[in-house]
Amino acid sequence: MRVSIPTPLRSYTGEAALVEAEGTTIRELLVDLDRRHPGIRFRMIDEQDGIRPHVKIFVNREQIADLEVRVGPRDEVQILQALSGG
Amino acid sequence: MPVLLIGTKKGVFFLQADPDRRSWSIEGPHFLGHLAYHVVLDPRDRRTLLLAAKTGHLGPTVFRSTDLGKTWSEASSPPAFARAPEGEKGRVVDHVFWLQPGAESEPGVWYAGVSPPALFRSEDAGNTWLPVAGWNDHPMWGTWTEDGADGTPDGSILHSVNVDPRDARHLYIAASGGGVFESLDGGDDWRPLNRGCAADFNPEPNPDYGHDPHCVRLHPLAPDVLWQQNHCGIYRLERPAEEWQRVGDNMPREVGDIGFPIELHPRDPDAAWVFPMDGTDVWPRTSPGGRPAVYRTRDAGQSWRRCDQGLPREHAWLTVLRQAMAVDAHDPVGVYFGTTTGQLWASSDEGDTWTRIADNLPHVYSVEVVEPAP
Repeated sequence: MRVSIPTPLRSYTGEAALVEAEGTTIRELLVDLDRRHPGIRFRMIDEQDGIRPHVKIFVNREQIADLEVRVGPRDEVQILQALSGG
Repeated sequence: MPVLLIGTKKGVFFLQADPDRRSWSIEGPHFLGHLAYHVVLDPRDRRTLLLAAKTGHLGPTVFRSTDLGKTWSEASSPPAFARAPEGEKGRVVDHVFWLQPGAESEPGVWYAGVSPPALFRSEDAGNTWLPVAGWNDHPMWGTWTEDGADGTPDGSILHSVNVDPRDARHLYIAASGGGVFESLDGGDDWRPLNRGCAADFNPEPNPDYGHDPHCVRLHPLAPDVLWQQNHCGIYRLERPAEEWQRVGDNMPREVGDIGFPIELHPRDPDAAWVFPMDGTDVWPRTSPGGRPAVYRTRDAGQSWRRCDQGLPREHAWLTVLRQAMAVDAHDPVGVYFGTTTGQLWASSDEGDTWTRIADNLPHVYSVEVVEPAP
């Protein structure tokens, strides 16, 4: 399925804004995304599997808080950065 | 010729000196927009650079360069705690703060101090990192560090990793807050080393731990000599003694002996430089009276000389962080510091006179001075 990548993470995707990744849950999807773009997962998911504070993940435009959310090939996954600070 | 490695709140810059250290050219930024806490050259090969970085919105990592910063790659396994057992709250690395190459006898070994105050070790020149369990999971870790509670504005940190050049298993670390700790077995076990240090913020007048060291340096040629700039003063310790001596009491009363960095003369273990800050009232952490000065001792802290020629005479409210001062190995020694207001100051005569060599940089976190391989 297609995954939308925010600008701060595009150094991992060769500057691509949209990339492909597979999985039946967000957890699996992020593992596959990291296999294709090594290092990208740890920048947004911490070592306890928490979504980092300023990272937001949306499935079909609904924000999710749980990596076990199921996804299918037609779903649209967006990763966004809540940019703040100076 | 020396090169300054500058870590800032918005990326990395390099400053290259001409042969007489009078003219400097700036190169960068690298990693523009990243919080670049510490950038360090491996003195064993003089080619490998490690950078401790994150952004305001992405997790912490370590970047590596083996060609002096021309190209970079990311650590394949950056410092991270082990996954907590189901149902337990695990620790998360907020940022990698301090990078320290290991001993000459252990090429490829590096240590990283992070926030919360934990220690990590790499044996492959910074590509993969593992927790130093002897510290991170020490039964006293939570007691010594208040469970890594946010002790400083940027969070509680582990810093000042010092490796005894005679014995790679002899380590010193500092936790803010927590104190100075020593290991004789490569990090398997630790004990506090804080006797003699004040902890004015603690109701217990002489606690074993809970201190706030700001910067601890071990002299490379006299590794029994340790210097410490901490939250309450300037201290010196000559092992095997166990009690720190407050040599900052010899500073002028109106200046005091509070600050962040302390730097040692590369050859003379009795010589050091500090950058005092205002620790009165609500702790402005700026140059006392708005009149910045470096102070230098050549007699193990028995006396201190004000070194401010060339620095602003008034209304300069500078802050120099614990990693933002450095010395080179030339004769006379070059001394450098960077400010949180983006200035780089240099002295090529051991602090007697100062020149501003860069301005308008971002908030400076760290300054290292290196002599890269040709």
